[in-house]
Parts: sequence; structure tokens; C-alpha cells
Amino acid sequence: MNVARNQVRDDPEPDGGRAGDGGRPREDGPPHDGERAVLEAPDINRALTRIAHEILERAKGPERLLLLGIPTRGTFLARRLAERIEQVEGHPVASGSLDVTMYRDDLRLRPARALGRTVLPEDGVDGRIVVLVDDVLYSGRTVRAALDALNDLGRPTAVRLAVLVDRGHRELPIRADYVGKNLPTSRAETVRVCLRETDQRDAVLLRGGQR
Amino acid sequence: MNRHLLSTADLSREDALLILDTAEELSRVSGRSIKKLPTLRGRTVVNLFFEDSTRTRISFEAAAKRLSADVINFSAKGSSVSKGESLKDTALTLQAMGADAVVVRHGASGAPHRLANWVDGSVVNAGDGTHEHPTQALLDAFTMRRRLGELDGRRVTIVGDVLHSRVARSNVHLLHTLGAEVTLVAPPTLLPVAMGEWPCEVSYDFDSVLAKSDVVMMLRVQHERMNASYFPSAREYSRRYGLDPDRLGRMPEGAIVMHPGPMNRGMEIAAEVADSARSTIVEQVTNGVTVRMAVLYLLLSGSEPAIGGNL
Repeated sequence: MNVARNQVRDDPEPDGGRAGDGGRPREDGPPHDGERAVLEAPDINRALTRIAHEILERAKGPERLLLLGIPTRGTFLARRLAERIEQVEGHPVASGSLDVTMYRDDLRLRPARALGRTVLPEDGVDGRIVVLVDDVLYSGRTVRAALDALNDLGRPTAVRLAVLVDRGHRELPIRADYVGKNLPTSRAETVRVCLRETDQRDAVLLRGGQR
Repeated sequence: MNRHLLSTADLSREDALLILDTAEELSRVSGRSIKKLPTLRGRTVVNLFFEDSTRTRISFEAAAKRLSADVINFSAKGSSVSKGESLKDTALTLQAMGADAVVVRHGASGAPHRLANWVDGSVVNAGDGTHEHPTQALLDAFTMRRRLGELDGRRVTIVGDVLHSRVARSNVHLLHTLGAEVTLVAPPTLLPVAMGEWPCEVSYDFDSVLAKSDVVMMLRVQHERMNASYFPSAREYSRRYGLDPDRLGRMPEGAIVMHPGPMNRGMEIAAEVADSARSTIVEQVTNGVTVRMAVLYLLLSGSEPAIGGNL
């Protein structure tokens, strides 16, 4: 009944014929049997560096940028991207987190769940270029919820989307602006993102399904 | 499976912390320009108040509205209750209207429990007789936690009319669950007879516990329930059990003063104390909305409630 923070939000579609709760990391700890790494720490590192440059290039400078991660792992990725942009530009970049639980469309399909944390800069989102950051892009429903949540918080100049892994199977007309890796998957497979901050190591693991 | 919030004794430590953590996140919403979340859109919350109340009813109403629920206010005055309709028939009416949650205040202890047998929705006890007032205890715990940090080992002194106080009962159970040590202070006439199972200490001497209290919670002297002479005079009560500036000065540094309201200024609490920086009385009202949002969210948003007790 009481859901741990890092399990709070995973992709919706509870009846989507996926293995387990699939689609999103549910557990911490060591790799499971039959899991293989599709991205290792250096790959993730390179992908984040590239995304950081892409974000910066398109925004024409770091001043108005706000990187908002979707908890749990999106928050850490947003922080890492902000640090990287800061290293390149020597100018601090705002980052924070945006919990979308209250805006989800699948709340009634499961028991009530605990909330994640929303942390915004003092001056809010108005006039900022907001980059939403998440670990896995799947159905797109989380991002839809994030756009609604953002709408209640203010009016950014622009909203963009950065994800570490895009595994396909979109259910809404949403696409990412910055993608670490496009990972064609079947719905039967599970993608698990591990990050140092919560899982002791950096990796993207794929499990299950017939490939 | 349906669950209700009838008593804080039904809440596990896990449940209680989930409510407080959820409230902590929700408290940020009240700082936003749009203080509304879409989460309970299409759900109906009925406020069923058989007893007078301002802050609790308004607080529940604000909480439900901030979560986009539809709110129906029902007060006994001006309703069919004054024509003699029974609680059961009122409940069946609400049931027919499709209430997802019924927030009930009633003068009779146990009324919410009876009601929970008759309706399909979750029942939230907003005060029943001299029994319980769980959301008040939750908002008190939330306020303490914000001021003092985690409650484990904290010493909370609750002073006043414990006999008639549903706030005291709910607080004793909840604070015990959260690991705090509770001491009740009251004249012997204002303590219930059977307190053997209450997880708390009892004292008749306010001054002796004052110096080791992290929280002093003053209870209202409930004139409307005083049908016998429980103490000789208001002045004597005030002198022995009232919180005046002198006693405030003897409290440990950092200790806070709470009151569930409405206050009798000059009776159980001096006006200077109520308005001092150590008083959390206004915060308690603000936190009430947040905590009630958390309770409604956890009871209503999912396929089944995440907190509360079964019947």
C-alpha cells in the first residue's frame, strides 16, 4: 500500500501486456537474470554531454534555461545536465524537479500513491526555456501529465523534452527533442535505468521478450 | 475494499507518515498562483455537519476544492434532519447522490462509524462527540513536525478539558504511533474515568511538566458540554491550568504552543501567549487545509484508499 518514492511513477498502461510492471525501473539493486546492458556508464556519459551541448546550442545560451527532471531518475539526469552545461559555459544553470503524480491519467487504475517532490526556482517558470528531463520515454503519458502540471505553474517561453532512452510505443502525439539513445523494444520487454545516485551504478538494462 | 478515517488509532505508523509526507508536498501548492490540482475531478465529497463548525468545514471544503472535487455542503440546520430524518435515511440519500467521500461531524460519538456501514464511499470523521477528531490530530502532528522535525522522543503536553476533548483522544493515539511521549494535564474532574489503556502519562500539576515539554497544547474549555461544575471558578482554572506569559517563560527554548481553536482568550490561554512567536495557532489553520488535502487524496485518488481502517 505504501509505495516507495522511486517506484511512485512509472509508465501508465497497467494492462499493456508488459512483463511485470515493465517499461520503467521498478527496483534497485543488482541486475536480474537475463538482463543485458544496452548502455554502460561511458555511453550514458557521452549521451548526456551531447544532449547538454544540443540544449545549449538550441537555447542560444544558458541564461533562461531551466532543466526540470521528472522524479525520481529524471531529477538526477536534469541535475547532471545542468552541471555539464555549467562546465561548458561557466554560467550557473537552473535545475529542479516536477512531480506529475497528481496530473496522471491512470490514478484510478491503481491504489493511491505517494507524491514525488516538486522543486522550482524562486522566480518560477515564467519566461524560461523549460527542458523536461526523464529517463525513459514510452507511452508519452508521463510527459502529457508534465505539460499539464507545467501549465498550472506558469507560462514558460518554450518547453522541450530530453530523455535518456526512447523505447517507442507512443500512445500520444509526443516526441522528444533530445534523445540519448533510441532503443527499439517490444512491449514485452522491460527497460531499467540505473543511476549512481540511486542504484550505485550507471546503466540501461533490457530484459525479457523475444528479440 | 473500502477504508475510512474514523480514528487515529486505526492508522499505522506507515499510514501516518504517508499522510504527513504527502501533506508536505501538497503544502507547496498553496504557494502557487494556481492553487488547484485536477486530481479528484469528477469525485464528489459531501460535508455532512450535524454540529456547528467553522474552521473544520471550511478547511475540508477548501481542501476538496483545491483537488477539483465537487463539494456538497450539508448542515443539519435547514435540512430534513430538523424535520426528524434519521442518520440512516440521510446516509441513504447521500448514497443515492453518489458521494465518493462523506466528511461527517456529529454530536454523538460513533456516528461516523455507523455511517460507514451505510454508504459505499469513504467516511472521514471530522469530529464525533467526545470521541475523535483525526484530521485535527494529523494537522497538529504536521505542525509539530514542521517546527521541530521528527516526533520520535518529543515530549508533548496536552492541557485542559481532556474529558470532553476529541482532539486530545486523537492526538494521544497518533502521537504515540509517531513515537512522541504524551502527558495529559487536567484537573481530576476533567479526565475520563477509564484511561488505563491510553498510551500516555497523566499529571495534575501543570508546572511540574512545563519545563520538560517540547510542545504544550492547550485545549478549549468546552462551555457547551459543561453540564456540571467541573472546577470551582474560571479564575481558579485559569490560574492552575491556563498558559500565561509567566508559564510561557518557563518553557524550554524552542518549545511551541498549540491550540486547536476556537480559543477562550484569557481562560485557558492568555492573549499575549496566543499571539507570541512560539504560538502555532495560525499555522495550524493553514496546515489544516494541506493535511485534509492529503487525506482526501490518499483516500480517493486511487482504485482503492491508501490509508485508513476497515470496518
